[in-house]
Amino acid sequence: MYRNTVLICGGTGCTSNNSPAVAAEFDKLIKERGLENDVAIIKTGCFGLCANGPVCVVYPEGAFYSFVKVEDVKDIVEEHLIKGRLVQRLLYKEKNEATSETVRALSDTNFYKQQTRIALRLCGVINPENIDEYIAYDGYQALIKVLQTMTPQEVIDVIKNSGLRGRGGAGFPTGLKWQFCRNAVGDEKYIACNADEGDPGAFMDRSVLEGDPHSVIEAMTIGAYAIGAHQGYIYVRAEYPIAVQRLQIALKQAREYGLIGKNILDSGFDFDLDIRLGSGAFVCGEETALMTSIEGKRGEPRPRPPFPANKGLFGKPTVLNNVETYANICQIILKGADWFAAMGTEKSKGTKVFALGGKITNTGLVEIPMGTPLRKIIYDIGGGCPNGKKLKAVQTGGPSGGCIPASLIDTPVDYESLAAIGSIVGSGGMIVMDEDNCMVDIAKFFLEFTVDESCGKCTPCRIGTKRLLEYLNKITSGKATLQDLDDMEKLCYFIKANSLCALGQTAPNPVLSTLKYFRDEYIAHIVDKKCPCHVCKDLVQYTITDACKGCTLCARNCPVKAISGTVKEKHTIDQSKCIKCGLCMTNCKFNAIVKE
Amino acid sequence: MKSIADIMKIRDQMQSEIIMRDNTDDNQETRIVVGMATCGISAGARPVYNTLIDEVAKRNLKGVKVTRSGCLGMCKLEPIVEVFVPGQEKTTYVHVDAEKAKKIVQDHIVNGSVCKEFLITNE
Repeated sequence: MYRNTVLICGGTGCTSNNSPAVAAEFDKLIKERGLENDVAIIKTGCFGLCANGPVCVVYPEGAFYSFVKVEDVKDIVEEHLIKGRLVQRLLYKEKNEATSETVRALSDTNFYKQQTRIALRLCGVINPENIDEYIAYDGYQALIKVLQTMTPQEVIDVIKNSGLRGRGGAGFPTGLKWQFCRNAVGDEKYIACNADEGDPGAFMDRSVLEGDPHSVIEAMTIGAYAIGAHQGYIYVRAEYPIAVQRLQIALKQAREYGLIGKNILDSGFDFDLDIRLGSGAFVCGEETALMTSIEGKRGEPRPRPPFPANKGLFGKPTVLNNVETYANICQIILKGADWFAAMGTEKSKGTKVFALGGKITNTGLVEIPMGTPLRKIIYDIGGGCPNGKKLKAVQTGGPSGGCIPASLIDTPVDYESLAAIGSIVGSGGMIVMDEDNCMVDIAKFFLEFTVDESCGKCTPCRIGTKRLLEYLNKITSGKATLQDLDDMEKLCYFIKANSLCALGQTAPNPVLSTLKYFRDEYIAHIVDKKCPCHVCKDLVQYTITDACKGCTLCARNCPVKAISGTVKEKHTIDQSKCIKCGLCMTNCKFNAIVKE
Repeated sequence: MKSIADIMKIRDQMQSEIIMRDNTDDNQETRIVVGMATCGISAGARPVYNTLIDEVAKRNLKGVKVTRSGCLGMCKLEPIVEVFVPGQEKTTYVHVDAEKAKKIVQDHIVNGSVCKEFLITNE
């Protein structure tokens, strides 16, 4: 029996922060000290607090260490594991608080204690590469319950009654989708999982697959039983190597245990599951394009109806759900529809995972009950904007979503409330912007993304988004007129109304929502030819003030030799040569250069 | 291929291995704390500590955590084991060895009766 268990985050965030080397150092030092039989070193999925990575937790104390570097491992081994003394300097510290207290345990942090983790239940708790650990946490119990005691219709009824809605963004009731597919006529049916997470800044699905792959496999098997499918596909992007690898390991283990394959657990039910890799096209997250891609064709959407529940993969009835939707299924089966329906709001049940990013102190993954006010997510859990900056807006739903201004921070986060103010819950990306972010620039960023990712099949999206981006470029370079602004708005509605799939239909949302709440910023760009936040390069100017001592540092650092002047005299910037790189301002020791 | 019985068996076995990662609220759980300063270790706290962990795991006791603490100041009474059950006063056992540790888990943690013979006596 192990005396201590060390959990080290092996999610993508911490991996890029060198956690594999930290884990290797632990292995090495534990071996050197002959503690192999006393201390278990386990690599888990994402803990959620990516901003503080690499993170690790040492049990039984539950001590939560953050920013662990390879050099720190020695202290943890010598002090904590051998002598039983916590390494105070590495313990997590709450930020943005007057008394920056050290927090001992993970569950005591402001970040965690206000969350309700269902989909992320085992992320950062188990070793995702060991099926036995999943089983220890009641893994595959839902499947056993379903196969032993429930009819397919009973399974669908439980999901229906739970009120679970699709977590990929559209929010369609999952039970209903299953029912349609079950009722569809067809000898062969398929179940598929959408793990083609493409929104900039979103990583919920990746973390579930990395941290708890079996929960998705088990749920898909249950779904297959409910709708009558015998083959499933997980469509995951190749850009998620860790997720793909853990899925492959999980599928192999599940197959060895007979939890997928022929005659599962002696019930007579057959189901097998394969992975299909996507090459990262954003449009492949759209359901019809995704299925076309699984079929081996170019990933392009097609008009609906027919809906996939009737005519999907290979022309057969198909259920396609998002990773996070599946991650809720097993818990609903085990704990019942009422348990799930008790969380959230009247129309949005359960919890939702959000990937917090941008200008936020605690970058990471949070799971909260539907209907939680945005304020709580941003301030209480996320710790607010760093460096004391003022919150300006929160962008939800990625390129399909919209910006919520700081004045609406008390809006509850659920499908209906966000739609009412011009944004969407979306798949769960949540990008926080502070006073330094130019909203026109943000809209432009998302438009650049959709122009790149438009598949080109339909004209409104292919050409419309391109024209839209041109308007934005015109505005940010100070060449637009107020007429352009009106024309641009009209074009937005045209694209929304006429595009073939959701990519085009939602592409203008970032523009429309910023127009709605930050029209004055657009006007400032057009009329005053100024970017109020000094972000848009064409509208800012660097000038040297009288504070200049003539040290020549700026002139020496200017890459285009735009600064002239003699020693000990005030320098000047030649605006025609200046490329607005800002190097002079960064280098100036006297704060003599201003951006306006 | 595993049967349902096999899966249940794996679950029960593994649950004792992961018991340490239990994140229950500190106020809700029973804590068994072993004094593991130099005095405690030299008096034999390590085998006591290991026995306690094994016993808790073997019986699959949920909400029971075995942890370590430093010197309590009564080094001559080491190894000292303190038991904190929610809602009860703390119990301090002294001169504990592996055998006594087993009995503490059995009698006190499982059956709820304090092992009076291992308490401090006012000699």
